[in-house]
Amino acid sequence: MAAIRIEGISKRFGSVQALDRLTLAVEPGTVFGFLGPNGAGKTTTIRILTGLARPDAGRAWVAGVEVGDGKGLARRIGCLPEEPACYPWMTPREFLDYIGRVFDLSAAERAARTRELLELVGLTEVERRRIGTFSRGMRQRMGLAQALVNRPEVLFLDEPASALDPAGRREVLELIGRLRGQCTVFMSTHILADVERVCDSVGIINRGRLVTEARQEELLARYAVPAFEVEVENGAAAELAAWVETLRRQPWVAAVAVDGSRARVTVNDVVHARQELLSAAAQSALPVVRYEVVRPSLEEVFLRLVGEEGER
Amino acid sequence: MIFFVALRKELLEQWRSHRLLVTAVILVTFGLTSPLLARFTPEILGLLPGAEQFSALIPPPTVADAVGQYLKNLSQFAVLLALLMTMGSVVQEKDKGTAALMLVKPLPRWAFLGAKFVALGVTFLTATLLAAVAGYYYTLVLFEPLDLWPWLALNGLFLLFVLVYLALTLLCSTVTRSQVAAGGLAFGLLILLSLMGSIPRLGDWLPGRLLSWGGELALGGSTPAWGALGVSLGLIVAALVGAWAIFRRQEL
Repeated sequence: MAAIRIEGISKRFGSVQALDRLTLAVEPGTVFGFLGPNGAGKTTTIRILTGLARPDAGRAWVAGVEVGDGKGLARRIGCLPEEPACYPWMTPREFLDYIGRVFDLSAAERAARTRELLELVGLTEVERRRIGTFSRGMRQRMGLAQALVNRPEVLFLDEPASALDPAGRREVLELIGRLRGQCTVFMSTHILADVERVCDSVGIINRGRLVTEARQEELLARYAVPAFEVEVENGAAAELAAWVETLRRQPWVAAVAVDGSRARVTVNDVVHARQELLSAAAQSALPVVRYEVVRPSLEEVFLRLVGEEGER
Repeated sequence: MIFFVALRKELLEQWRSHRLLVTAVILVTFGLTSPLLARFTPEILGLLPGAEQFSALIPPPTVADAVGQYLKNLSQFAVLLALLMTMGSVVQEKDKGTAALMLVKPLPRWAFLGAKFVALGVTFLTATLLAAVAGYYYTLVLFEPLDLWPWLALNGLFLLFVLVYLALTLLCSTVTRSQVAAGGLAFGLLILLSLMGSIPRLGDWLPGRLLSWGGELALGGSTPAWGALGVSLGLIVAALVGAWAIFRRQEL
């Protein structure tokens, strides 16, 4: 059973169609990256799935509970909004204790969970400082801690690392990675590198529509360009140019593009190219410093898919 | 029970934000100064150059003046405080995102709203009790002892009058999108109720009548205003139920 199942959800705000018959499913225990440009409908989807907004049409289930029927969904989920706002007059310890009370945890459970979570997000040293004095990064980590108090089955993270500095971002992404297997993480973001780093599956949304949904490797393989890149030593540009000319005559080569000491070879037949390309370079006594099969980045796939969607 | 969890947080907030302290200080100040003003106004006037003849025109102050001053001063400032302290209570949490953060958790919206109302009520109850003690003591010292139970009844009716405005302002804070709009709407309701209260016969049914009933009770005679009491309770319940009915449908 999917941890999250969305069937044909639509939502309109005035003249803006925020979500348009969105359908997707997320496997349990995975980290799902919900990728899309700003205004694509990511936050609206999370607001609907957490019960903060209602869809105009369609249905959704989270952790087996239908969204909107009010039966225990809140106990099974955790949510980190894009700009987590905790009560500024409380200390982290007080705030987590309050959340623990809301989840009806015993005093001993609350004390243990508070300690554990403050340590996890690195806020133990400031546990008695008021949240109002925290930096943006600290508030983000505080937000993550509060979302984990009830050990949620499904954790919603709305742009969890977009406002953080590189170090803070790495910490938060590592933390999310560690949650894999413990709970299902539904993470919305527009930062492709974050998805590439931490997510198992990806859903790309644009203008309220799901463009594609797949495991990350599948997606990259599906949109892989059959190409190789060969880089030679600096100063060997002339040899490279001569080799490229011979290469262009080969039937298995579709195109070759040269950029300084690098040549990108797009092929028709990957198997044949694997056998021939390196030996052709060796025969030409080319001083190769790097040879690799070009792996498309998620960014390339994203831009291609969103671009195609935009053209329609 | 979840309501008490929310109430504990709200009471803590009343304390930490010094709202309880500010309300208590203001009401106690007026509780103390009202009998003082009633007692010494003629003498103060007499000390002013050129105002001696006015002093002679003012009849000697009585306990009725002290009770009148107490009710007038306390009700004006308490209602203003009620508006100021309540107008942001819901709209500010919606605006800042704390409401959304909390309401995805198993905290029902009725508990969220109800705890706010009860916590504000406790703040005003505490402040009113302290003001009542202060007012009673100074009236005793400067005039004569008041009967205790009628005095408590006066303060109970005054508190009910304030609770009406607390509930109405909470409703305004729930339906609007900004604190200023909530305050403006609540102030509009205050003006409307005051104007309606000055209409003969209609005024007997409105919350303002609770104050005059309280004054009469404290001075020994009274014409009960059960209609005003019923309407006030009805307004509180209607405002709270209305706020909940609207809030439960609102998207955050």
